[in-house]
Amino acid sequence: MLNYTIRRLLFTIPVLLFISFIVFLLLDLAPNDPTGNLPLTIPPDVRERIRQSLGLGEPIHVRYFLWCVQFFVNEPLNILEQWTGLQFGSGDRLRVQSWATRSPVVDLIVERMPQTLWVVGMSYVVGIIIAIPIGVISAYRQYSWFDQAGTFVSMVGFSVPTFFTGVLMIVVFSVHLDWFPSIYDTTHRVTDWQSFWFQVRQMIMPVSVLALFNAAQISRFMRASMLDNLSQDYVRTARAKGVREPVVLLVHVLRNSLIPVVTVIALGIPQVFGGAIITEQVFKVNGLGQLLIIGIQGADIPLVQTLTFIFAVLIVFFNLIADLLYGILDPRIRYE
Amino acid sequence: MDYRRLFIGCAGGAVLALAGSANAERGADGHVNIIYWQAASILNPFLSGGTKDIESSSMVIEPLARYDQDGNMVPWLVDEIPTVANGGVSEDLTTITWAITPGILWSDGTPFTAHDVVFTAEYCMHPEGGCQQSTSYSDVTSVEALDDLTVKVTFSTAKPFPYGPFVGAESPIIQKAQFQDCLGAKAPECTEQNFGPIGTGPFRVVEFRANDVISMEANPNYRDPSKPHFATLTFKGGGDAAAAARSVLETGEFDYAWNLQIDPAILSQMESAGKGTVIAAFGTAVERLMVNLTNPSPDLGDQRSTVKGGPHPFLTDPAVRRALSVAIDRNLLSEVGYGSAGKATCNVLPAPAIYASTANDECLVQDIDKANQILDEAGWARGSDGVRAKDGVRLSILYQTSTNAVRQDTQALVKQWWGEIGVETELKNIDASVFFGGDQSSPDTFQKFYADIEMYTNLFSGTDPETYMNNWTCDEIPSPDNNWLGNNMPRYCSSDYDALASELGGTADLAERARIAKAMNDLLMKDGAMIPLIHRGRVSSHSNALGGVILNTWDSELWNVADWHRQ
Repeated sequence: MLNYTIRRLLFTIPVLLFISFIVFLLLDLAPNDPTGNLPLTIPPDVRERIRQSLGLGEPIHVRYFLWCVQFFVNEPLNILEQWTGLQFGSGDRLRVQSWATRSPVVDLIVERMPQTLWVVGMSYVVGIIIAIPIGVISAYRQYSWFDQAGTFVSMVGFSVPTFFTGVLMIVVFSVHLDWFPSIYDTTHRVTDWQSFWFQVRQMIMPVSVLALFNAAQISRFMRASMLDNLSQDYVRTARAKGVREPVVLLVHVLRNSLIPVVTVIALGIPQVFGGAIITEQVFKVNGLGQLLIIGIQGADIPLVQTLTFIFAVLIVFFNLIADLLYGILDPRIRYE
Repeated sequence: MDYRRLFIGCAGGAVLALAGSANAERGADGHVNIIYWQAASILNPFLSGGTKDIESSSMVIEPLARYDQDGNMVPWLVDEIPTVANGGVSEDLTTITWAITPGILWSDGTPFTAHDVVFTAEYCMHPEGGCQQSTSYSDVTSVEALDDLTVKVTFSTAKPFPYGPFVGAESPIIQKAQFQDCLGAKAPECTEQNFGPIGTGPFRVVEFRANDVISMEANPNYRDPSKPHFATLTFKGGGDAAAAARSVLETGEFDYAWNLQIDPAILSQMESAGKGTVIAAFGTAVERLMVNLTNPSPDLGDQRSTVKGGPHPFLTDPAVRRALSVAIDRNLLSEVGYGSAGKATCNVLPAPAIYASTANDECLVQDIDKANQILDEAGWARGSDGVRAKDGVRLSILYQTSTNAVRQDTQALVKQWWGEIGVETELKNIDASVFFGGDQSSPDTFQKFYADIEMYTNLFSGTDPETYMNNWTCDEIPSPDNNWLGNNMPRYCSSDYDALASELGGTADLAERARIAKAMNDLLMKDGAMIPLIHRGRVSSHSNALGGVILNTWDSELWNVADWHRQ
């Protein structure tokens, strides 16, 4: 197992380097420009100077190499310095800078992390908590009214886009009922019960919109996996030796059915970090998803490059975790 | 009920009386929320030309003089506007001397001096700084401090309008002490300074979250002791224009929302909720069709859409251009797409009022019959497919613009009208960041203009049209030789026009400048280099509980935020 893990980890290095190069190429070939969104009152020669000052005059391999040095050497050193308080070299290193904000990209990401983890992460947790019981009951009472209703709700959650459900919720709960704020306050700090209650209120709508979507996906997996297991011989054996029905269902069947679902859940975690571009935009949560979309619109190449690369790292990493979890949960699977 | 109304009336009167007296306390009105659906990225407008960044920073850092809502210059950090009459501008128009009002403090308590002004010029004019507002400093040879409160700017040529540097929201003053280590190539690395500039404005930055939200508080050293009326301020960004409008007009969570270019019907429906008011004001922005006077045929290869490639097969015919213009119902376009934020116009220079010509008003009324008649007389006959042609040239137009719901509606309507006069139209829309992006390798930029007609809005900042009108001189034609850098999209070239442009450059008298600018506008219209459609205004909205808002299109919308108050 350890050998396998080490082998897999070593193999990710060329994969990630390759991904970073492809992302860089794609962004470079995209026909947009960091001065594209500036007002037309800025004349072309000034635009050209702005491009030069951003380093766009350099050839592509030089820019890619610079980014690699900044991302793989300077940024980790900087984090080490902050954690340990030690200083390596002069401490005056060029970090990956966003073109739009002229500030280090990593600082922007760190600033965005809390709201994304709170809102998107919470929606993932809520989604799982809703999805698993729905999946179990739907499978156990297949074709009952509960199963039909569950299927209907997951179809709705799956197929109705969040920019529709989100705006619908704002119109109903913010405009007409005036229960929840329609704009998320990222500067809000929880200090007492009252501010906690405000935090809950501002999170309810984005979390429920995203949770509906997540629950729809996971409950379908749960149901299918339960159905597979319910018809297995070991279930019949358990029932034949007189095990009580709740035990059959929740101990024997559920545990076995969870194996593939856990893998699906683990594979979905990078999405949490990726943020929810549309939902964040609808509720003005301004997390990582919104940072990415602003970066794309403004052709802020270092920002988009760094963000997409971090997502790539997370996806590769959680794929590995999912594989390992599989081995731990299912004793039949061994990696040697 | 009557008693309550009486009481509110009395209270209101009392508030008004308080606001009128100079003793009203700074910060007495609590907190104000502003939403810009484009979030601010940086608070240093020299490093970002985006409107959101200029306007958010305008509450913190200020220029020496500003424009008011009518486009008049108002002294801001100085006592008076220098002119030739008061001796502030030299007779030969090459120098301007500003006298700073004594006693102005930065928000950190240090005095504001001429050295800060000189430093600001040095900062922006540094060749390696990539300053995005360097146009404000064009032709400046030196900026010097004569004493602590006097600044003299010298230009390389006679400047009839010497109010480029230090005037308007694009050209504020930054503090020397704070930025002195951030010159040139170091400018972008000064994140702390760029996110929290020290200013002379009514507010100072407490926390800046890039592309998200800014928290501000009243500047304790602001020059007017009774202002600003608000103690704290939140400047939130993100989302879209409709959501921003909703947060002011329907839910009342925010007090002010900027630039609400959404379907006018939706906007007025939101306004009917009664929580806020939609306000509009007109600047210089005109949505126009640019007419390609050169041949965009792909067969020409590198010579495509260049002067070398030869003239356009049919758009060089004045009759065709006139017919295309007359066939358009500008009032309907304005009603459908812009509502209170649009007016039909026949001029590319519609404002300020002294520059607005009335010579071209023929186009204000749509007349399909007349357009047909013009084309008939010019010998363009309808073929079997209903499309007009002459000598084997069909009137078939590729009409491009940026991707935007209002623009696509406009395109569809115009296509229909042109169809009625026998002109075939193919529509194309391109993502704004590509269309306006100026990427040399992309064929879809508005400079390359690989189409027959293109539509977009252009405007000029401030009130002087000279730089703007110079956009259509022969030298400004984009071509591969100048890397497609140039503003003369129609590739219009006229010696008469160039003569007027140089005459404008040497005239200082305002009335005379207005006459020349008008003549330039009329010449452009007569020669059909472009077809103006809509004079576009700025639409914003404020909550009914917020008073003192005066929408200003000549400067930052937040120019008088110090006067905003609760009502």
